[in-house]
Amino acid sequence: MDWGIILSNTAQSLLSPATMAFALAALGLAVHFGFAGLLNFGIAGFMAVGAYGYAISILTFGLQWWTSALVGIVAAAVFAIIMGVPTLRLRGDYLAIVTIAAAEIVRLLFLTTAFEEVTGSADGLFGYHASFRASNPFPEGTYGFGPWTYNEVEFWVLVIGVVLVALAALFVWRLMNSPWGRVIKGIREDEDAVRALGKNVFSYKIQALIIGGVIAAIGGIVYALPSAVNPNVYMTSLTFFVWTALLLGGAATVFGPLLGAVIFWVLQAFLSSFLPALVASGILPMVSSAQASTLRFVLVGIGLVLLVIFRPQGILGDKRELTFVK
Amino acid sequence: MSSRESSQSPEKTTNLHVGTIEPGVKKIDPIITVDDVRRQFGGLTAVDVEHLEIPRGVITALIGPNGAGKTTLFNILTGFDKPNAGKWTFDGKNIAGVSAFKLAQMGQVRTFQLTKALGLLTVLENMKLGAKSQKGESFFFSLFPFFWRKQDAEIGEKAMVLLKKFKLEEKKDEFAASLSGGQRKLLEMARALMSDPELVMLDEPMAGVNPALTQSLLDHILDLKKEGMTVLFVEHDMHMVSHIADWVVVLAEGRVVAEGPPKEVMRNPAVIDAYLGSHQDIDLGIVTGRIPKNTPKLS
Amino acid sequence: MSKNTSSRIAQGVTNTLKIAIVSFFALMGAFVASPALADSVGEEFDYRIAGNVKSQGDPLEGVRIDVSGNGFTSSVATDSDGKWSIGVPQDGEWTVSLAVETLPADVEVGDEELSRGVSIGPSGSVIQNFIFGQSERALISFTDQLVSRLIYGLNFGLMLGLAAIGLSLVYGTTGLSNFSHAELVTFGALMALFFSVALSLPLWIAFPLALLASAGLGWAQDAALWRPLRKRGLGLVQLMIVSIGLSLAARYLMQFFVGGGTQQLPGASAIKIPLFGAVALSIVDLASMGISLVVIVVFALWLTFSRTGKATRAISDNADLAAASGIDVDRVVRIVWIISSVLAGLAGILWAYFRPGIKWDMGEKILLLMFAAVVLGGLGTAFGALIGAIIVGLLVETSALFIPSDLKYLGALVLLIAILLVRPQGLLGRKERVG
Repeated sequence: MDWGIILSNTAQSLLSPATMAFALAALGLAVHFGFAGLLNFGIAGFMAVGAYGYAISILTFGLQWWTSALVGIVAAAVFAIIMGVPTLRLRGDYLAIVTIAAAEIVRLLFLTTAFEEVTGSADGLFGYHASFRASNPFPEGTYGFGPWTYNEVEFWVLVIGVVLVALAALFVWRLMNSPWGRVIKGIREDEDAVRALGKNVFSYKIQALIIGGVIAAIGGIVYALPSAVNPNVYMTSLTFFVWTALLLGGAATVFGPLLGAVIFWVLQAFLSSFLPALVASGILPMVSSAQASTLRFVLVGIGLVLLVIFRPQGILGDKRELTFVK
Repeated sequence: MSSRESSQSPEKTTNLHVGTIEPGVKKIDPIITVDDVRRQFGGLTAVDVEHLEIPRGVITALIGPNGAGKTTLFNILTGFDKPNAGKWTFDGKNIAGVSAFKLAQMGQVRTFQLTKALGLLTVLENMKLGAKSQKGESFFFSLFPFFWRKQDAEIGEKAMVLLKKFKLEEKKDEFAASLSGGQRKLLEMARALMSDPELVMLDEPMAGVNPALTQSLLDHILDLKKEGMTVLFVEHDMHMVSHIADWVVVLAEGRVVAEGPPKEVMRNPAVIDAYLGSHQDIDLGIVTGRIPKNTPKLS
Repeated sequence: MSKNTSSRIAQGVTNTLKIAIVSFFALMGAFVASPALADSVGEEFDYRIAGNVKSQGDPLEGVRIDVSGNGFTSSVATDSDGKWSIGVPQDGEWTVSLAVETLPADVEVGDEELSRGVSIGPSGSVIQNFIFGQSERALISFTDQLVSRLIYGLNFGLMLGLAAIGLSLVYGTTGLSNFSHAELVTFGALMALFFSVALSLPLWIAFPLALLASAGLGWAQDAALWRPLRKRGLGLVQLMIVSIGLSLAARYLMQFFVGGGTQQLPGASAIKIPLFGAVALSIVDLASMGISLVVIVVFALWLTFSRTGKATRAISDNADLAAASGIDVDRVVRIVWIISSVLAGLAGILWAYFRPGIKWDMGEKILLLMFAAVVLGGLGTAFGALIGAIIVGLLVETSALFIPSDLKYLGALVLLIAILLVRPQGLLGRKERVG
């Protein structure tokens, strides 16, 4: 058991693009569910729209990377409006089903061979990094120390990711501590009461859906930035993982989703090195190393169950503030 | 409130009507008029009001047996329900089909039968939520506290004045869920006043309130009239109705069967038979035969 | 709830989990023996060579593709869709070869080059297809195609209905939107595989045993998880999230035991007998439809005439009233869970023959279709779930005539959303009085 590698992999995941993407997705979901009470089980769809919007803009339309990112963001906002206008008046569990279906429709559309030329179908999209790499301000070299060592491209991604996460967190924090946030929290608990106080509840819900959706789409873009866009990433299981991260950290807080995402991803990285190492050193018998890898997802599922039963407010949340707990 | 004040009967406003008193009589100064409003659920007609006018500046009570359509009419007037037919006006403006939140902005607030104090917000946050035209509630301005800080502080001060009046000022930072049922009712009423409404509609304000709080609530409602607001409330408690209402409207099976000053309405034989029962001033025990007829009255 | 009870529940859950894991390890050692070659390898590499293997338009499964070059070699076998994918550590020149000995005997190799050079460019991947035989586009009339689609759709719909009934009943009696229902379907298929293939029992013993196992799982779920949570007073949203966590854990646990590949039940490749028009069904297809119909009829009779069936409908209608009139709601709910799991398990076995193939996430693929069926028919009504399922089945199969076949589930999803917007109570549900 090489603890050196296990710990090094785990430490690295702390600042990986995947972790930051996850943190953004969880933050977006916090706006939807933690603050506005919207049961959005299609958050993977928003991430997909952001990522595909970005990649398609570069590959098919030949735009620069940051214009393409804007396209991805606008696409997510449009998706939020299309999804929200007809469905936001639905009851909680109905909204959950509709959002899963909407995200799956989006994924099927990206997966189908009918649009293969633009979406890459099952292979996805890659090779769109040229303009992003060209705009890298950091000269060639190695940055960082210890397990957090990066080349100039990875460092550029890291800086962008961290800046985006920080900006998004500040944005949400400002928003939720303002009178706008007060209205949203009221809507979360009782729409009719807020309506009777003269607030346009529907408009607020759409705004929340757009804001959260855009943040999640930015997460999708950050994930796609250094790697590739693949439809198999944006499945409902991704949505469920984001939910787990959100509930773990604390659904109705700003730092909760960030903390939850980091812990979730670090744990995943740890287990994906640790479990196969257990197998290799013979501690876990009768199990292949591929199987050991699937065990970590089993643990996620069990963790989610225990979390929502015994500590639904997560690490940072306040139980008094939760609306979905009886 | 000194005990001398509270033992006096409140001054009633009279002569609100034009012509003979009958269901649908016109008022000198109506704040709400209702025309041919009908609401059906499946085969059941819940509300069928030909004409009704609510007088401005006074306290009107809407009474009637269970299922008479009082809350349904309430919901229609406040935009929480759509009727099958009819139109109605507020302040002369046609408000049929106007959504609930717009009506609230126009100066018409309501409370709910099952109190909707937002338990997961603090008392002060509840109060601030009730204020109108808040710059900080718009998405763009909310991001820059510079735009709304001052207004929010002013709203906070107004909230504290109201909270003091309703004796809730010490609880300002508590989550509303930690208040007692009666305190939550007071909070809902105080919150409704934050927008300086013209018309305050109370859905069973006395429901579930202990007797000690009843006096306080009555005083608050009378204060609303003193400050120039119109009050329309639904109630079952006839003693309360006759004590503070200037005008009473009686609904039964969705139709207005009688209206007028409380004493007249309560003497109306049709109303007595249908709803009031004839022994309002006699001990309930004697009426039902549980104690002998000749037992001397205690009060 | 007191701290003692919480810790007792936690203890109970932990103990149950421990026992479950240990006993699975013990019982299913045989199961773990030979994982099938995965359809996709080398996911950790950035570059990819992928493709299809088809003969006369039909995908070929289990054909081995070898990739070599640059000091690296790798192999993979095609999956049930004839697809394969190999990750490689760098771009540049590679050699892709098809292992001819793994081709089915009846495939004509013809002029197809079995060993080819490919080159990966800046896009990072390259496709290589092996197509054998002339793809005969026999001109089948549209009516014939439509009829055959309708029959397949009916077959699929009946099987979906078996699965959806349980989902609807659980919702009706407990209010729970159970996202782990799909795993009950997969579990039935896996149990059938275990008993018939791993233990080599004859089908007429293996399948009932599989159903028994499903029943047991349903019983265990209600006893160990759902009833304690209901008693604890958990809100419906919390319960829904619990079912999501449960579905994750169950699904990946099943992947743990079965691996990522596809396996078949005995008799899955039975020949299709041409019946009429373009309709060709195998013995298995006919048996499947027959079984579905019989089970559905028996279930319908049970629901309508038996005491427990009537009690179930009463609880779905109004749980408080049912309890007040003396019905033992807990007992009925327990029975509903058992029946729901058995029906789902049976649906899983039939689904395994329909696809054909058993995969760890096979249930997940039809979860949304099940929800579509239940919502269309009316959440909480069993007959609604059935009608909804048949409509969904017909829609899914016939839509393949008009839209690309990999989008055929799209129609059902759009229908699901449309129904929730226009008529959320579904076809047979009653409109809820709002407020």
